[in-house]
Amino acid sequence: MKIHEYQAREIFASFGIPVPKGKIAFSADEARNLAAEIGRPVMVKAQVHVGGRGKAGGIKYCATPDEAYRNAENIIGMNIKGLIVRKVLVTEATEISHEAYVGIIVDRSAKKPVIMVSAEGGIDIEEVAAKTPEKIHKLHVDPILGIKSYQARQLAYRIYSDPETAKQAAGIIMKLYRCFMEADASLVEINPLVTTPSGNVVALDAKVNLDDNGLYRHPDFEKLRDVAPQEESENEAREAGLSFVGLSGNIGCVVNGAGLAMATMDLVKHYGGEPANFLDIGGSSNPDKVVTAMRIILRDPNVKAILFNIFGGITRCDDVAHGIVKAVSEFRPSVPIVVRLTGTNEAEGRAILAKAQIQSAETMVEVVTKAIALAGVA
Amino acid sequence: MGIFVDKKTRVVVQGITGRDGSFHARQMKEYGTAVVAGVTPGKGGTGLEGIPIFNSVAEAVEKTRANTSVIYVPASAAVDAIYEAADAGIQVIVCISEGVPANDMLKVYNYLKIKGVRLIGPNCPGVITPGVTKAGIMPGQIHKKGSVGVVSRSGTLTYEIVYNLTAKKIGQSTCIGIGGDPIIGTNFIDCLKEFQDDPQTEAIVVIGEIGGSDEEEAAAFIKKYVTKPVVGFIAGLTAPADKRMGHAGAIISGGTGTAPEKIKAFEAVGVPVAQTPAQVADLVEKKLAALYKKKAAKKVIAKPKPAAKKSVKAKSIIKKAVRKAAPAKKTRAAKPAKVKNSKLKARSKKK
Repeated sequence: MKIHEYQAREIFASFGIPVPKGKIAFSADEARNLAAEIGRPVMVKAQVHVGGRGKAGGIKYCATPDEAYRNAENIIGMNIKGLIVRKVLVTEATEISHEAYVGIIVDRSAKKPVIMVSAEGGIDIEEVAAKTPEKIHKLHVDPILGIKSYQARQLAYRIYSDPETAKQAAGIIMKLYRCFMEADASLVEINPLVTTPSGNVVALDAKVNLDDNGLYRHPDFEKLRDVAPQEESENEAREAGLSFVGLSGNIGCVVNGAGLAMATMDLVKHYGGEPANFLDIGGSSNPDKVVTAMRIILRDPNVKAILFNIFGGITRCDDVAHGIVKAVSEFRPSVPIVVRLTGTNEAEGRAILAKAQIQSAETMVEVVTKAIALAGVA
Repeated sequence: MGIFVDKKTRVVVQGITGRDGSFHARQMKEYGTAVVAGVTPGKGGTGLEGIPIFNSVAEAVEKTRANTSVIYVPASAAVDAIYEAADAGIQVIVCISEGVPANDMLKVYNYLKIKGVRLIGPNCPGVITPGVTKAGIMPGQIHKKGSVGVVSRSGTLTYEIVYNLTAKKIGQSTCIGIGGDPIIGTNFIDCLKEFQDDPQTEAIVVIGEIGGSDEEEAAAFIKKYVTKPVVGFIAGLTAPADKRMGHAGAIISGGTGTAPEKIKAFEAVGVPVAQTPAQVADLVEKKLAALYKKKAAKKVIAKPKPAAKKSVKAKSIIKKAVRKAAPAKKTRAAKPAKVKNSKLKARSKKK
């Protein structure tokens, strides 16, 4: 789950990582009031779930509250990479004498968390990694032992020569590691980690991605979820226990299992169609899930045909067939539907479909080619 | 033979009184698996269709000599269940549960590595050695005993491909779903190594998907170590970037982990990648036909290097040559249980 900077910095602060003063504003008026409250120059920062906000003009320095008002007015409503800005973070502007980078992710190959630091912060770290990988220093932490002070110091001295700065940075690295593990994050990042002219080390930005699988342990984090309008279907699916990702094609796909769902999308493309979505109804065979799946897909006006590809294991084909019949009678879809059922209770499932006069197919290839033909798009 | 599970497998089901646990305990038993125990804390002393239930895995191991565990508990209890099994002396743990936090798995993985315990999963369908035993949730009837090893990050996609293999009368030695999470106990390389060393396995199918670099690492390993024919499939060509595609591990992040990269990595080491799931069986059929042809041609040439199966099959013909030439090479070509025997024999003969 992605969260906003203003939420991430609160998590950082709860682990003792220094962040500049600041609050969230939903309007230009609120931004002006917050700037006046801070009483010093501020930054107004767009809060959206994408990187590159600065380049897009979503981050502005404001010397006065009126300037904060004007900038906030421009930024709120701005479209950054397809996402509309609905709120801005107003923080105290910090004087910068140096910018560094600190981030932690899971190294899937090494099966360990890896801490990355670079003396060059405030820029696109992926670009640094691609062009000058020697400027990024990495350290793998044994997840059983946890991070040791010497490891944090070692990293800090790679990017700072001043002992006092290094000491502060090492402390921040220790705290950031604790935050990563205890908050069940899949990524934590401070970019930039700045040194002020007076010698303080501060997290000027905050990025945290949370592991969806860890959310059950952090009921507080659920309220951090901010669903963009285009993600509403994904959210509805998630709440119903489905996985859904909307795409721009015209063949709606309902499949059980993530791998089979991806393979089905690929097969649609292979035979000249375009998948409208990824949708995994999961392992259970609750007919209501099928109804929700159909409701979500039918909402997409691009969809010209819907295919079901079900390989019954735990999922029972007759349950899915019942769900399809229920959904069809409820929504009376105008687009054609074709269903492939194989595996557990396949014969029962097919009989149910035949009775309701719903088209079926024998194989995965057949269901895909039939759906494309019925959609008349290839 | 087969890998990870065989006729010596004695299963304890953790979470046997749950909805999934009880259903699949029955299914496994029906398939022929020796389900010797179940564990549900607080239900010790009861039973499920003749399977005794214990309060702890330690007790189950002590009383029933269970050596393999299949875990069907909710995600929030799964990590504890894995540690319990590992500490009780279980050698192979299959964790079906979906939704285990990745940072917990980092600790589990590194702990089990120290202990030398094999974990398959989490978020996986398990492992089956067709005709012998299954430890998992896959529908047994779609499988057929044979010589193709199948390893996959997916569940139902594996069923689809296995179904196609069986329809072509191509049987399987062992099929493993390693799981769709970013951190899993057993990866492609572990399975490829076992399949390469397994005398029953003649060809291998690797089913990958977007996210991470397991497939790329598998390709490098195949080049270095695997002499048996391998066929690949990669799901997710049409997946968009930065979106989790159902599986927690199936995400293209920072522009890496894409399907074309993985297909390229496989093809670069001579592993053909099927364009559709159905095509996997066609490619395997071709590979096997070529293999049998080569074998038939080589039967007369007694070449000591190639894989186990060949030396076993061609044994009668090359027996004399091998005995004279290189007993050491012959033992390397044979497999674990047999290795010791033949080594001993070789030594005693020397004496």
